[in-house]
Amino acid sequence: MSTRAGARLWVAQRATAAVLAFCVLVHLATMVFAVRGGLTAHEILERTHGNYAWCAFYSLFVFAAGIHGAIGLRTVASEWLGFRGKAADAAMAAIALAIVFLGLRAVAAVVL
Amino acid sequence: MIRPARSHPGWWAFAVHRVSGVALALFLPAHFLALGTAIQGEAKLETFLRWSEQPLVKVAEWILVTLLAAHLAGGLRLLAIELLPWREWHKTLAALAAGFAVAVGLAFALVR
Amino acid sequence: MKALRVSVWRGGAEGRFEDFEVPRRGSQTVLDAVTYIQRHLDPTLSYRFACRVGMCGSCAMTVNGKPRWTCRTHVDKVATGGRLQVAPLANLPVVKDLVADMREFFDKWARSRGQFRPTATRNDEFAKVRPDSPARREADAGVECIGCGVCYAACDVVKWNRDYLGPAALNRAWTLVNDERDGAKRERLHAVAGDAGCHACHTMMSCTEHCPKKLSPTRSIAGLKRATLALALGGEP
Repeated sequence: MSTRAGARLWVAQRATAAVLAFCVLVHLATMVFAVRGGLTAHEILERTHGNYAWCAFYSLFVFAAGIHGAIGLRTVASEWLGFRGKAADAAMAAIALAIVFLGLRAVAAVVL
Repeated sequence: MIRPARSHPGWWAFAVHRVSGVALALFLPAHFLALGTAIQGEAKLETFLRWSEQPLVKVAEWILVTLLAAHLAGGLRLLAIELLPWREWHKTLAALAAGFAVAVGLAFALVR
Repeated sequence: MKALRVSVWRGGAEGRFEDFEVPRRGSQTVLDAVTYIQRHLDPTLSYRFACRVGMCGSCAMTVNGKPRWTCRTHVDKVATGGRLQVAPLANLPVVKDLVADMREFFDKWARSRGQFRPTATRNDEFAKVRPDSPARREADAGVECIGCGVCYAACDVVKWNRDYLGPAALNRAWTLVNDERDGAKRERLHAVAGDAGCHACHTMMSCTEHCPKKLSPTRSIAGLKRATLALALGGEP
C-alpha cells in the first residue's frame, strides 16, 4: 500500500469516527431512554416503521461503522496477527462490504 | 503479566480502545442479524428480545454498552490530540474518557 | 547494607539472565552496579556508557522492564526487595549482553529525512528566525533529542510493526518540518506518511512517558498527522 493510500485510510478512519461520534451519542441516548421499563419489538418498530429520518440516520450509521470497523480490524490484524499485504487489504474491503450489507438489511427490516 | 513499561494512562487508553473496538466489530454482525429477524415479522423480533432478557445476556449487553461508550470517549480523545494544536491538558484526556464511559455504563445499568 | 542482587542479560538474542551480588553504596546508580560487575566480578560483560552524567544517552538499557538511562537511575529508586534486572534496550537486535545494535534506529532516522537541507549559502544574510514564532516553538519543543533510543525501546508499535519509523525519527522530522530555513519539507512529509510513518502511531504515549529529556514525540507525531493531511486528501503539502 502506498504512503498516500495509507494516509487516506487514516483520514477515512478519522472522518468516519467523527460521523460515528454523532451517531453513537444519538444511539446511546435512544438506548438509555428506550430501554426504560423493558424493550419490546413493538416499541422498536413503532419508532422506526416508515420513518425516513430514522432510515437515513441508521443508513449513515451503517456505512460509517462498516468503513471504520474494517479499517480498524486491518490494523489489529497487521499488528497482532502479522496479517498484512494485498490479502489483508482485500479482507478489509470484504469485511466493510459484509457489515454494510448486513446493516442495510437490518435497517430495511425495521423501517419497511 | 503486563510489562512495567506499559503501566501508564496512555497505554491503558490504547488497550481499552483496541479491545472495545474489536469486541464491537465482532458484535456488529450479530446485532444486525438479530434486528434482521424483523424481516420475518414483529413476532420473530419479539421472540429474540424475550430471549435476550436472560441475566447473562443482559450483563453482556451492559458490557457492550460500556465498551461502546469507552470506545467513543477514547476516540474523541484521539481526535482532539491529533486534530487540535497541542495543549498540555491533552495528556489528561484519558482520565476524562474513562469517567465518561463509567457514567454511561452506570446510566444504562440503572435504567435496565 | 545488604548486597544488591543484579540479574544481567548475557548472550545475544538467545541467552539467559546471570545473577551477581553487588555491594550497595550511597547514591549508587544502575550504571555503577553494572560497572562494578564488569570490573570486579566478570570482565567478559559487555555494556555501553560514555559521559555517565546524563548527557549522551549511551547507557540506555532496560531496567526492571523499563527503558532508562542507567547513569541517571538510582538503585534506591528501582531495586524493589534488593533486586535488579538489567537487559539491553528492547526492539533492537542484541549485539552482546547489554549492547543493542542501534543501526536500524538511525536508518529509520535517515528514512524519515531527519536531515536538514539548507537553502541559503554563505553569501546570503543570516536567517532571521523569530524564537517565539509558533513554528519555532514547535521545533524547539522537540529539538533536544540526542537519539538515545529509549522512546524506540518503549514503543509497542515499533515492536508490532517492524517498518514503523518510530518516535525519535518522527520527532526529528517534525522539528525540521517546522524549520523555516529547511528546503526538503515536501519530500519529508512524503517520507513520514503512511502505514510505516506517523499514521501508525496510536498515541499510547510510552515515548513521552519514558523520554529522559521530557520530550513529547506524541505531540510531534500528532503535528505530522496534521501536516500530512493535505497530502492525504490528494494535494501536495
